[in-house]
Amino acid sequence: MIRERGQREVFCGLTGIVWLHRKIQDAFFLVVGSRTCAHLIQSAAGVMIFAEPRFATAIIDERDLAGLSDANAELDRIVAQLLERRPDIKLLFLVGSCPSEVIKLDLSRAALRLSRDHAPGVRILNYSGSGIETTFTQGEDACLASLVPEMAPEATDAAPSLLVVGALADVVEDQFKRLFAALGIGPVQFLPPRRAADLPAVGRKTTYILAQPFLGDTARALDDRGATRIDAPFPLGAEGTSLWFGAAAAAFGIDPAHVESVLAPARDRAMRPLSRYRLALKGKRIFFFPDSQLEVPLARFLSRELGMKLVEVGTPYLHREHLAADLALLPDDVVLSEGQDVEKQLDRCRAQNPDLVVCGLGLANPLEAEGLTTKWSIELVFTPIQGFEQAGDLAELFVRPLARRTKLVA
Amino acid sequence: MQLTVWTYEGPPHVGAMRIATGMEGVHYVLHAPQGDTYADLLFTMIERRQKRPPVTYTTFQARDLGSDTANLFKSAVQDAYDRFQPQAILVGASCTAELIQDDPGGLAEALHLPVPIVALELPSYQKKENWGAAETFYRLVRTFAGPHALAPGAKRAPRAAERRPSCNLLGATALGFRHRDDGAEIIRLLASIGVDVNVAAPMGATPADLARLGDADFNVVLYPEIAGPSAKWLEKAFAQPCTKVVPIGVGATRDFIAEVGALANIDVSTMLDAEQSRLPWYSRSVDSTYLTGKRVFIFGDATHAVAAARIAAEELGFTVVAVGSYSREFARDIRDAAQKYGAEALITDDFLAVEQHIQALQPELVLGTQMERHIAKRLKIPCAVISAPVHVQDFPARYSPQMGFEGANVIFDTFVHPLMMGLEEHLLGMFRDEDGEFSDTAVPSHLAASGAAPILVMPQAVPSADAITLDWAPEAQKELGKIPFFVRGKARRNTEKFAAERGLPRITIETLYDAKAHFSR
Repeated sequence: MIRERGQREVFCGLTGIVWLHRKIQDAFFLVVGSRTCAHLIQSAAGVMIFAEPRFATAIIDERDLAGLSDANAELDRIVAQLLERRPDIKLLFLVGSCPSEVIKLDLSRAALRLSRDHAPGVRILNYSGSGIETTFTQGEDACLASLVPEMAPEATDAAPSLLVVGALADVVEDQFKRLFAALGIGPVQFLPPRRAADLPAVGRKTTYILAQPFLGDTARALDDRGATRIDAPFPLGAEGTSLWFGAAAAAFGIDPAHVESVLAPARDRAMRPLSRYRLALKGKRIFFFPDSQLEVPLARFLSRELGMKLVEVGTPYLHREHLAADLALLPDDVVLSEGQDVEKQLDRCRAQNPDLVVCGLGLANPLEAEGLTTKWSIELVFTPIQGFEQAGDLAELFVRPLARRTKLVA
Repeated sequence: MQLTVWTYEGPPHVGAMRIATGMEGVHYVLHAPQGDTYADLLFTMIERRQKRPPVTYTTFQARDLGSDTANLFKSAVQDAYDRFQPQAILVGASCTAELIQDDPGGLAEALHLPVPIVALELPSYQKKENWGAAETFYRLVRTFAGPHALAPGAKRAPRAAERRPSCNLLGATALGFRHRDDGAEIIRLLASIGVDVNVAAPMGATPADLARLGDADFNVVLYPEIAGPSAKWLEKAFAQPCTKVVPIGVGATRDFIAEVGALANIDVSTMLDAEQSRLPWYSRSVDSTYLTGKRVFIFGDATHAVAAARIAAEELGFTVVAVGSYSREFARDIRDAAQKYGAEALITDDFLAVEQHIQALQPELVLGTQMERHIAKRLKIPCAVISAPVHVQDFPARYSPQMGFEGANVIFDTFVHPLMMGLEEHLLGMFRDEDGEFSDTAVPSHLAASGAAPILVMPQAVPSADAITLDWAPEAQKELGKIPFFVRGKARRNTEKFAAERGLPRITIETLYDAKAHFSR
């Protein structure tokens, strides 16, 4: 296990907005930050920004830095302007950034004040997506954790319910719903919901299962509300998805024979493309730079289901408890690294000369130019990869760059 | 505070990165929180550079705040020097580090490195990207050319008779819109009139090259937004005059040649007499008659907007309805151009204001940045890109300058194509309702003899032998709708083929995914 500190070539948590705003359809994300923050989101969002985006930045300027009371009045003005322009918005997140945190602009208090001013039409919450506090997908964690106190307490006569936590593509969410129904587990709800008003209730009868590995704070907040977590590997690949559903079914006391009868056809179907991709990936050596915290479950999937050899598995942060089940399935001799010193990690990567490098877009082309084959990691966050039906797609994401390299003659 | 959906310019430290990345032998150590490394991918992805930008970030986190950040910065500078061995180190702070008030310049000096340290003060809460680039270039020029400056009041020695006139080419940076090819085009143009290029900077130059800037007779300012302050200082320090005309468009290029002739004290009349661009003839040919009076809306950085306005009005015969820019520093130039062509002037960096303006004026062509391209797309107005910010497609593989005579050819094509396409589409749309040949239900004429089925706009309506017997369950149909539109047609075809081959009478969600598993490679 390597633990490093140094230059980190990673996104900050603001980037989470790019997929979260697609998920919660009546929410708006207002970053309170600098021009850098606005520039970051627009660079990360690419062309998506033009479909009347549900995010924006309140850019702090020198007048705001002069005195804090002024900044609060400015924020109120901007929020009023925004809500007037977008009356369809029901939930507004004030998203903290590095500058807003360093000047100690109290956005949680601002959220309370603004919620009062704009009640009952709009609920205003706050979380931090700053680089000093959060790395990339941790922005989603902070966002979901801010939703947990907003969840209603479950009714006293509530039946046991399952809560699936972590933003999933709609198509994946729907597949999961159908499988849970076939297993006989219900009611099943999802956090985040597709609409702000559909925020599920929570309490002692709530059992939750994480669909994403980067949700430490959200899990803690749910624990505090009395909910119980189901321990499972993450639903990537045929095996991971089987184990994930199996763990949920076990928690709900479903007959294992029934579980097997429901999961077997889907698992078999998932394994058909995997067996083909295995031919292309078996024995290939892969190196992960830290990015999303998805690295450990991905490495587990690639090593166990596709026969890849793990050179180094980097993660920005390793939540040992939530990843226990995945870690247990990794080969014993795996090299894990937490944190980053990018120059040293690049040295290790070059020295190892892996067949495939998973890394961010800042490193991908330079490494390709050095002769290494890369798979850019951010695609793994934006593409539906969880569940049985996506297992083949997930494998294909790793096959494609290798296949391309062999195809290009010149 | 300002509510911002889109920003035309990044923060000033991105401007500094554009200088450092364009140059050789310079390394930039940026005091910045974790996450600011996002800017690297502008260079590696949009400009497709094969090397990482020469930038080291301290990437401090919350736990580092307090006394630790200053040490973090010092060790980052030392490590960067040891690893990259640059000829000069730029140091500075991004917006957040500006607030925590470590002193990058002082901290770096304390290390006593054997190379010059250039400390940058880039006020992030007042200034923007282009200003940052201009300031950084100016600091570098002063640092390296400064020691060779003429004594105050001294005159330049006249150029020796046997030596060809020479100039510096100033302003091209990394991530500049067509800077790569503009540089090549202008070097070629200058060579053809007998002027040598002493140093082209910042793109491609080293600190040692900057030290030689004073050797040239005059300066060519390609992009005033970036090279303006440096050229002004060089004028004072070395008595080097500089060009004022930016050679974008045939008229401007000719003016530029005349200006260079005067500065270099050479005869350029043969060069001016020779017709070097196809634009004037193309624009006079009768095919271009329909361009007359087309109402065009122009927005971009000041240099490109002013140049585009002149080309539009004088070389293509358009009617300019507005000239606008996000470069507030050049507001006067924009107003002058607008007045000259009887157009509205628009100085704003608010994307929503530009959108409202375009909507209100309803132009027939929009010339702008990446943002205007999207506004125009939404309003269904033809559009061409003339200025940064731009996306990856505007860093093309092919030679595509904006400047000089070849640049004028490129511009003619670029401005006119969207109008042609717009016209084509309009005609097709008009005929679709009335003319049998263009209707959705018509068989393509070249296929009529073979008895082919008509190509319909909605692919699901394609009648085929299979479709008659295949029955999509409503929930499967719905699931299909969740597949992105650009692969949906393929998914439908594959599923139907799969079902037909197996004699399945009804397509369910299961069938859809069975087929997906079957066909995935």
